[in-house]
Amino acid sequence: MRNVLPILTVLLAIVAIWYVAAIGMNSAWARDQAARAETELSAGDLVIQTLTQERPVLPAPHQVAAGLWEGIAGQKITSKRSLVWHGWVTLSATLTGFVIGSLAGILLAMGIVHNRAMDQSVMPWAVASQTVPILAIAPMVIVVFASAGITGLLPKAIIAAWLSFFPVLVGMVKGLRTPDGMQLDLMRSWSASRPQVFWRLRLPSSLPYLFASLKVGIAAALVGTIVGELPAGAARVWGQGCSRAAITGRRCRSGRRCSRRRRWRRRW
Amino acid sequence: MNAPVIHAQSVDLTFQTADGPVHALKDVDLSIKAGEFVSFIGPSGCGKTTFLRTIAALENPTSGRLSVNGMSPDEARRARAYGYVFQAPGLYPWRTIAGNISLPLEIMGFGKADRTERVQRVLELVDLAGFGGKFPWQLSGGMQQRASIARALAFDADILLMDEPFGALDEIVRDRLNEALLELWRKTGKTIGFVTHSIPEAVYLSTRIVVMSPRPGRITRVIDSPLPAERPLDIRDTPEFIALAHEVREGLREGHGDDV
Repeated sequence: MRNVLPILTVLLAIVAIWYVAAIGMNSAWARDQAARAETELSAGDLVIQTLTQERPVLPAPHQVAAGLWEGIAGQKITSKRSLVWHGWVTLSATLTGFVIGSLAGILLAMGIVHNRAMDQSVMPWAVASQTVPILAIAPMVIVVFASAGITGLLPKAIIAAWLSFFPVLVGMVKGLRTPDGMQLDLMRSWSASRPQVFWRLRLPSSLPYLFASLKVGIAAALVGTIVGELPAGAARVWGQGCSRAAITGRRCRSGRRCSRRRRWRRRW
Repeated sequence: MNAPVIHAQSVDLTFQTADGPVHALKDVDLSIKAGEFVSFIGPSGCGKTTFLRTIAALENPTSGRLSVNGMSPDEARRARAYGYVFQAPGLYPWRTIAGNISLPLEIMGFGKADRTERVQRVLELVDLAGFGGKFPWQLSGGMQQRASIARALAFDADILLMDEPFGALDEIVRDRLNEALLELWRKTGKTIGFVTHSIPEAVYLSTRIVVMSPRPGRITRVIDSPLPAERPLDIRDTPEFIALAHEVREGLREGHGDDV
């Protein structure tokens, strides 16, 4: 409970800044409308008009909340207009990719720690894999998989795994190598086998590193999935609304300003 | 009974480093009989730790013969001939004291009931009965080191190899642990190889003191202790003790020129 107050304070501050920004950014339109109608706007009217516009530059928090509420609670969950349904599509790909990526990272790290050839060869490639922009890789993955007849969850999960295996790999290599010479010598003095050293010493020592890198990995997996949803033009995606709004910019074809919320609605 | 437990014959060990070969051990001859308490003393780099590690098969001699219990060190290690205690306790923070002590037993494949019984027994031996359920961070440094000694004793090796086990502890704790170690040695009759930097510690504990000197690491003097088996802490104020300490200091100086 002690933690709630600081969080609420920050949240309130953000909402307050948001409202002020909404008034500022939407006031031009409100003034323009008032000038055309040749009416004077009082300060109070200006505030009310900026916060209730149909197509604001920056929707006010309550407008966004209403939109979210409609998307989440206003539809049946199975409806394609439901944000919950779209959320699940993205989440399932994210989690699948995260699991694949984490397992790949852990297995590669085990290989690197136990095998000299892998130790000297894998890491440069792992680093190289992350230097290729994911925006360039994602469409290729989607297209290649689609040509093999695989669409939907798996290609997106692969892209998510592509991003999330790396932090796990780096963290686990470091973690599995934490036991110092003395602890390894102790194991040796007991004639412990390699699997015993792994399960009883290396793996438990690496857990703090594993959990830290999993946190980075899950965030990367979500980014990967959303990037994977970009080129697909897939009908079922959560990232679609966000990404289209980001890519197409603020103006719609008609040249009129419209809100993200509206554009989301139109897509669905 | 009097056959040597550890027998070294002109053991040589050279490490190949980036700066060229380092002669860590040269012509080491030594026999340790069952039940002896042998201390290795000398300045850093004299090879005392390296020699202990070759006995434990953690290093391999470049030449010479070394046998432990009549076997090669490597065979002896697999036959669980020795328990090794390092300077740091090296207890796993995610295991309790009892869990740490039963770790080598798990690795060696002891049954569960046997493990519990052994853990209990060695805990009593190092005076830690009742602390089995605690985690390492709940214990003082001295108690942690005692737990690590218990871990080395748990699988009933005849030889206990200790590499500066009390080096990181303060003087007062060290005195108490020295006394406890002597007591333990009398009770169990183990053969102990003990590496130390401290002259009083070596003189107080040992039946034999091996003085070593560096570059190349070699044995310069082996001193038999005339002290009685029964050694209260205040034996350190007796003339015999002081004379023996003096002899060890002489030996160290002799091996190292004037810069000791």
